[in-house]
Amino acid sequence: MSDVSLYGPTREELRPLLSPRVRPIVLGALLPFALLLGWQALVTKHWLPDYILPSPRDLVLRFQLEVNGGRFWLDVGTSLSRVLCGFAIGSAIGLVFGLLLGLSRLAELLFGPLFLAYRQVALFAWVPLLSMWFGGGESGKLAFISLSAFAPVVVNTWRANRAIPEKLRELADVLTFGRLDYLRFIALPGALPGIATGLRTALIYAWIATVGAELFFDIAPGLGGRLNEGRDKFEVDLMLVALLLLAVLGLVCSRGAAFAEARLLRWRGR
Amino acid sequence: MSRTAGANTAVVVPAMLLVLWSVCSAKGWLPDQLLPAPSAVWQQLLENARSGDLWSNTLISLQRVGEGFALGAVAGLILGACVGLSRTLREMFDPLFLFVAQVPTLGWIPLLILAVGIDESMKVIVIAWASFVPVVLNVAQGMRDVPAGLRELGQVLTFDPWFTLTRIVLPAAVPQIFTGLREGLANAWQTMVAAELFASSEGLGYLISLGRQLFQLDLVLAMVLVLGAVGLAVNGGMALIERRLLRWQGSVRGQAA
Repeated sequence: MSDVSLYGPTREELRPLLSPRVRPIVLGALLPFALLLGWQALVTKHWLPDYILPSPRDLVLRFQLEVNGGRFWLDVGTSLSRVLCGFAIGSAIGLVFGLLLGLSRLAELLFGPLFLAYRQVALFAWVPLLSMWFGGGESGKLAFISLSAFAPVVVNTWRANRAIPEKLRELADVLTFGRLDYLRFIALPGALPGIATGLRTALIYAWIATVGAELFFDIAPGLGGRLNEGRDKFEVDLMLVALLLLAVLGLVCSRGAAFAEARLLRWRGR
Repeated sequence: MSRTAGANTAVVVPAMLLVLWSVCSAKGWLPDQLLPAPSAVWQQLLENARSGDLWSNTLISLQRVGEGFALGAVAGLILGACVGLSRTLREMFDPLFLFVAQVPTLGWIPLLILAVGIDESMKVIVIAWASFVPVVLNVAQGMRDVPAGLRELGQVLTFDPWFTLTRIVLPAAVPQIFTGLREGLANAWQTMVAAELFASSEGLGYLISLGRQLFQLDLVLAMVLVLGAVGLAVNGGMALIERRLLRWQGSVRGQAA
């Protein structure tokens, strides 16, 4: 970033009210703080009945109750293990299928159009089918989460392999690489950025699908199940706590995936 | 390999699957509850088309997507532009917005049902939110990422802020804005199906969940096919509009490079 401006001082330089380090924190906290204040005002003035809008304090109490009661860890743990299992299954199959499409012209011709057609169907349309084939329990949920993680990995792996520079292919020819060597030294490293993008997207999809699966399939432990429970019992505090946790876990998922991607690709910077 | 040969190869696998599927159900290897015959699915499709159920439910689904997407996209364009143009606003909105956006859209449905009921408004709000998020993110990003050279050009030519916005920032941000709109529409479509599965009495998602409740997998599969076809048409339409609107870009970008 250049600090020298040809056009005189910028607005920020004229008014160094807050240091650049503090500014984003202060400004970022402004809106949530105002929201909290307005919420508390709504509750204390009794503009909305308690059962519709619990106070922030109720939320904290509910959270404590869940943590102390032990259910909290079960729900979070179950949801997380579902995401990770479904992600692992779906992305492993997706990786193999994507590599196949990317490496073999014939496989691409045979399966490519079918896969593209499959992608046109909205993900949730598979819920009824999967629940009949795999049941509404754990295996149905895992099947749905795996399916959601599958497509992004395939697409990105496939495309990344197609985009490997011609020069590298020629190099492999010159060095008379066999198929395995080509896969190991050219295809996988060359397609790694694309594959990483696919995996990151897949993890986010898997997270969305987990919440969907917990809402749509049979009720079982898990944050989505708690949302349904909150609706059935009209416990808004439970729903808000579950939603907050969903946001936190979603943040962990996406940040974790971005971090893993950066680590995975670090060698490329050198 | 020639184009037609490619097209022929593309048909091989689906055709084989279809044959396998027919044989499976003809021999009774798989019960109808698990996989109905292709002919039954086709019959179901024809029946629904003839009775008009197919059209009326497709229209309702499309209408929900249209309303929700329009609402979400307009709101997203406005907020995205504000956040993209003003650093102060961005620093104010970003943390809260990025946090709230982490909640999968579906998670809001149970709470929304308590707040506004299971009627039309619930579906439209959820769909609007689903399209709102990517539009905001992409519009803001696009407006922020205007090449510094173009901005300097505006300063050299002493453009006023309005002129800078309409002649420099907006045109430069258009591709990214479209990315946001495309993602928003795709999200709206996905969310429509989910919301209709969750609670509705009309629409394609409703027909699917009806088929599930009646154990009529032929109806479910027929509607999955319809969803795929309509989804393809919607995506294709969006891509067409995008290409038309971005046609000027090829030449401009080419010259700038």
